[in-house]
Amino acid sequence: MEKTDYNYDIVKSFVHWSILWGIVAVLVGVLISFQLVYPDLNFAPYLTYGRLRPLHTNAGIFGWGIGSFFALFFYVVQRLCRRPLWSEGLARFQLYFFNATIIAAAVTLLLGFNTSKEYHELEWPLDIMVVILWVIFSVNIAMTIIKRKEEHMYISLWYMLASLVGVAILYLVNAAEIPVSLFKSYSAYAGTNDANVQWWFGHNAVAMVLTAPPLAIFYYFLPKTTGVPIYSHRISIIAFWSLIFMYLWTGAHHLLWTPVPDWVQTLAMAFSVMLIAPSWGSVFNGYLSMGGQWHQMRDNYLVKFLILGITFYGLQTLQGPSQSVRSFSAFIHYTEWVPGHVHMGTMGWVSMVLFAAIYYILPQIYNREIYSVGLANLHFWLVLIGQLIYSVSMWIAGVQQASMWHSMNPDGSLTFTFVETLAQLYPYWTIRAVSGVIYLAGVLVFIYNLIMTARSPQTVLKPAAQNA
Amino acid sequence: MWEKKPVLLLILATLAILVGTVITMILPFKWVNGEADRIATVKPYNALQLAGRDVYIREGCNNCHSQTVRPLVAEVLRYGDYSKSGEFVYDQPHLWGSRRTGPDLARIGGKYPDAWHIQHMKQPKVMIPQSNMPSYTFLAANTIDPAFTEKKMKTLGFPYTPAEIKALAGKTEMDAIVAYLQKLGSDIPWRQAAKTAIAGDLSNPFKHDDATIAEGNRLFEQNCAACHDVDMKSNEKSDDVGPPLTNMADFDEKEMFTLIHDGSGTGMPSFATLGTNKIWKLIIYLKYHHPAHEAQEHRAGGK
Repeated sequence: MEKTDYNYDIVKSFVHWSILWGIVAVLVGVLISFQLVYPDLNFAPYLTYGRLRPLHTNAGIFGWGIGSFFALFFYVVQRLCRRPLWSEGLARFQLYFFNATIIAAAVTLLLGFNTSKEYHELEWPLDIMVVILWVIFSVNIAMTIIKRKEEHMYISLWYMLASLVGVAILYLVNAAEIPVSLFKSYSAYAGTNDANVQWWFGHNAVAMVLTAPPLAIFYYFLPKTTGVPIYSHRISIIAFWSLIFMYLWTGAHHLLWTPVPDWVQTLAMAFSVMLIAPSWGSVFNGYLSMGGQWHQMRDNYLVKFLILGITFYGLQTLQGPSQSVRSFSAFIHYTEWVPGHVHMGTMGWVSMVLFAAIYYILPQIYNREIYSVGLANLHFWLVLIGQLIYSVSMWIAGVQQASMWHSMNPDGSLTFTFVETLAQLYPYWTIRAVSGVIYLAGVLVFIYNLIMTARSPQTVLKPAAQNA
Repeated sequence: MWEKKPVLLLILATLAILVGTVITMILPFKWVNGEADRIATVKPYNALQLAGRDVYIREGCNNCHSQTVRPLVAEVLRYGDYSKSGEFVYDQPHLWGSRRTGPDLARIGGKYPDAWHIQHMKQPKVMIPQSNMPSYTFLAANTIDPAFTEKKMKTLGFPYTPAEIKALAGKTEMDAIVAYLQKLGSDIPWRQAAKTAIAGDLSNPFKHDDATIAEGNRLFEQNCAACHDVDMKSNEKSDDVGPPLTNMADFDEKEMFTLIHDGSGTGMPSFATLGTNKIWKLIIYLKYHHPAHEAQEHRAGGK
């Protein structure tokens, strides 16, 4: 077989940095979860919950999530196109610029420079940096695909291309703002319009950042790991097109019962329920690809990460649509249920798939076997248990909180004052903070395992890993 | 076919993404914030309120507090009239939020006196013992920049007078955020509209027995102690937000009921949402069980 000179160095660097930002995200997450229990842990003005929470989400989504997608897209695109990256120089520049952006983001958020928009808190100079970053990344990926040596584009490449254009549209529209000074701007949209644009962005950032890229990675690494192909090409086609078509209608399910026009809410609700089909298309495709291979759940730790990941995706895409129904939203929206839901997606689905992919590629790039499968299993169980305790405790907390908010006496008065409902949450918040510590321990085991792999003596690669 | 043509795939994907985008995100601009939404009494923020709103944004208050009341029974009871689109036409950006670790603030304006807010921002636990809100004492030490605020007013096209900008000199961020909070929800006359009339004969259905006094005590600590203090007289901790209540024994029960139910209009909020039963229990507690009254009874008994 002809040997292609793949650029793996850049992949490696992106993985290292994304893990660093990942650990920052988890550490800040643990800190703010303790702040909710012990408000004295807020150190004003820089380290208060209000400033740290955007840092947590930005480090998680942009540092860990997108950083890993950069790494894995660069890896996968070269393998699937059977050629090196279109421009290694551009990718190298992107690495420095990416880290500069994340550092600038962390500093400005702690200084209080933010737009207030969830998952789009960065002020306008940072927005410009993000746009530059995305453009050079997109050009590099698209050109590598256009100049590919493999005629057929595999499923992963479709999801990658869709997310490139999707993120670009979402980010640019929601970033429209009027600068007042270097670090202060006002949204170009007002009130209800601003809310509708923001959640069109917010929910589709979930589609284009936390769904399409991990699916691209899942579709590539599941067959690579199990050694058998994806079950159905046809399901992938239907699931892909219906997913990217339907997602964009659903943003307003974050705004049910608000002044956003009713018909927009109703469309969002209907399309959210319809989204179960394409989401589960991918889930079934994953499960059915395991036909005859289920024994690998026991003897291949990578399969465990991937299958649990797609399982959480399946649960997430059932729970999400149910939350989008007006009556259920009336109950659980604004409660702790929602962070429980979100973290099943981020800590369960996205991170599980990323862990598997990184475990797959790094030893290969280092030219070494993984240091310890036992530690990888420990990592698996720690993050799984941490995430389950997190989500389950928050769901219970959310249901209790909602019940108390809505509870009324026979004389038509409210049963509980707001602070009575808040006081009931302390035990749940404590459990959640502990679950974060468990998850953090899992991530530390992961990092230790990778460091020891890099430091272990070089071994000959298994031939299976050589095949594209 | 498209599986072999990346540019075609990009174009088709863009089209697929744009359909839902155009219908649910772009199309609503045609109706939202138009004439039908307009509420005549809703005014833009003044300079101090805008400065306060920017403090609210900077500190990320929207991470724990929402600003939209939904048209649900319990929610309207708890916070006030549900939110209308026209109330937000000057909000760039909107601050609706997505979580209520703390309560919704869309109707906070006019609910408490300024002194309550200042004390609460400095030491939340003094006003609400079980609160987990961080302390924002430092806001009182930061002053507002009048020139920068003027620039912001111009950027947003909000009307202002030179005198208004001049008056900002020396104002702190604490003054600003309190001014902003007091503006929230006070542009529409919902408080008058939501006011429930007291109907029927005002007579206390409860007797001053131990159970009622214990329940009244609990209600007092939850709802009243923040401003009037647990012992009803010393106001050091709560910074004199509410007056001492040591002479309640002399008050008429009907008068007390009206005051608690409707509020004083000069600082004391309405506690109508407690419902009549809880208010009557509070009155029992206030009248028949507090330290000053006990001491009085003691003296009377000794005579």
